[in-house]
Amino acid sequence: MTPVVSLRGASLAFGQRTLWEGLDLDINPGEFFAVLGPNGSGKTTFLKVLLGLQELSAGTAVLDGRPVARGSRGIGYVPQQKSFDPDTPLRARDLVGLGVDGHRWGLRIGAARVNRRIDELLGLVGAADYAKVPVGQLSGGEQQRLRVAQALATDPKVLLCDEPLLSLDLQHQQAVSALINKQCHERDSAVVFVTHEINPIMDYVDRVLYLAGGRFRVGTPEEVMTTEVLSDLYGSHVEVIQANGRMIVVGLPDAATHHHEDAHAVAEEVG
Amino acid sequence: MDLDNVLHSIFNFENYGELLVLVQNSIWAGAVLGLLGGLMGTFVMKRDLAFAVHGISELSFAGAAFALLIGADIVLGSLAGSVIAALVLGLMGVRAREKNSIIGVIMPFGLGLGILFLSLYEGRAANKFGLLTGQIVSVGTVQLQVLAVVAVLVMLALVAIWRPLTFASVDPHVATARGVPVRALSLAFMVLLGISVALSIQIVGALLVLALLITPAAAALRVTSSPRLVVILSVAFAMTATVGGILLALGGRLPISPYVTTLSFLIYVACRTIGGFRARRGINGRVLRSPVSAA
Repeated sequence: MTPVVSLRGASLAFGQRTLWEGLDLDINPGEFFAVLGPNGSGKTTFLKVLLGLQELSAGTAVLDGRPVARGSRGIGYVPQQKSFDPDTPLRARDLVGLGVDGHRWGLRIGAARVNRRIDELLGLVGAADYAKVPVGQLSGGEQQRLRVAQALATDPKVLLCDEPLLSLDLQHQQAVSALINKQCHERDSAVVFVTHEINPIMDYVDRVLYLAGGRFRVGTPEEVMTTEVLSDLYGSHVEVIQANGRMIVVGLPDAATHHHEDAHAVAEEVG
Repeated sequence: MDLDNVLHSIFNFENYGELLVLVQNSIWAGAVLGLLGGLMGTFVMKRDLAFAVHGISELSFAGAAFALLIGADIVLGSLAGSVIAALVLGLMGVRAREKNSIIGVIMPFGLGLGILFLSLYEGRAANKFGLLTGQIVSVGTVQLQVLAVVAVLVMLALVAIWRPLTFASVDPHVATARGVPVRALSLAFMVLLGISVALSIQIVGALLVLALLITPAAAALRVTSSPRLVVILSVAFAMTATVGGILLALGGRLPISPYVTTLSFLIYVACRTIGGFRARRGINGRVLRSPVSAA
């Protein structure tokens, strides 16, 4: 199988600070690949590299057979949920429409064809009922469904997801991650899923890249999400507790940024 | 002056037919600017640039006043002022908050410069006043042709960047990820906006440009979220305000701008009322399914 994403000796540094270096990585079609790590470990920058928005300090990045470049058609991008102004003149279907032809010059010609495609995408994510509602009046979960539809518009080989579940409630986290998983395992798109919380996608993840303290580890969740590996990465003792197929990481060095997620994971267990 | 006199100077429709022929040019100018303002306005709203329009118009005023002072072409002066202001804002203000403070700094400076130049100017007082409040009744044929050509060019440019500009305006993060040149589009739009402001100033004056470039689009947004309908309504509202304003102003002895701004304002109030009514009824286009059928 030809990998759809391929990094060789990839390094990223800002001045003195090295985010990661010597990264060799192949991601295959139909693989659900999670990128984990604390804030500031370079997770989002990793996505930016694949999007062609950030140059590597060293090494190469190849996507769909070609060096990464801005606006590559093989990419679908699902951003963090960020609420729209209630006045934004954009209905649900228009947001999806931006994914279909928003990057092209001029006015839309052949509206009927585009509209059919939009309806198809809305149906795919179960958003047909609110197709005509202004995006600013939709819930965070509904907006993220639309984001997935928007990203799928070009039938991407790679779906890049930047914390798409952040600020969603549990039910919507499950719905949205199930949608992304469907595209991945049924339609053979590779998924690169940046998150700092692995539990909502635990059932789908094939491999993880864990970034921390200028170093990284790649492998299956079982290989990487262990007390030994994470303690080694963080350079201090970190405890990984497994229960009911969920993972809770305890004792992370910058506790402030992870406190919330820990609490959340615990709440998940209780609830 | 008693009330009758006041009314007479506001509304007076004697010899209306003859006047109408005389001001043909002005009516055409109003229509062109309405079309331009309505189109640009939708993007001004999407990009949250209402305050920027105000800032640009004040520097445009300074440019026009300077041109008046040195005996240069006023339109060129106002064009130079507004395009420079628009570019400065486009280059400097990346974040909205930063942009607003820069506008807040530029605006009084521009207005102050304008007042300085006008005080130094010793020509006709009406010329001075016209810069601030508009003087469309004196549009000549050549002036109209220049106006129309420039407006058409601006609109063609706007149409050419329509889709990516929409993407970049409402969804900049994803647009960047998709390779849309967000920053270049932003600058391009600021230049178009600068030109539009300079053109509009000739009809409504520097103080009231907002009535052409903001109010119609803002009114349209109160009643619909459909991008296409917003554009159609915004243009219709702007043209109604300008052409209607000119037609009403014909009889009276007053400048054109109060008529245009009042029409514009009334349309906005009406749209707001309709929008508020619909919001209270919860009408937003969602297909509601009864709990029974959903289960």
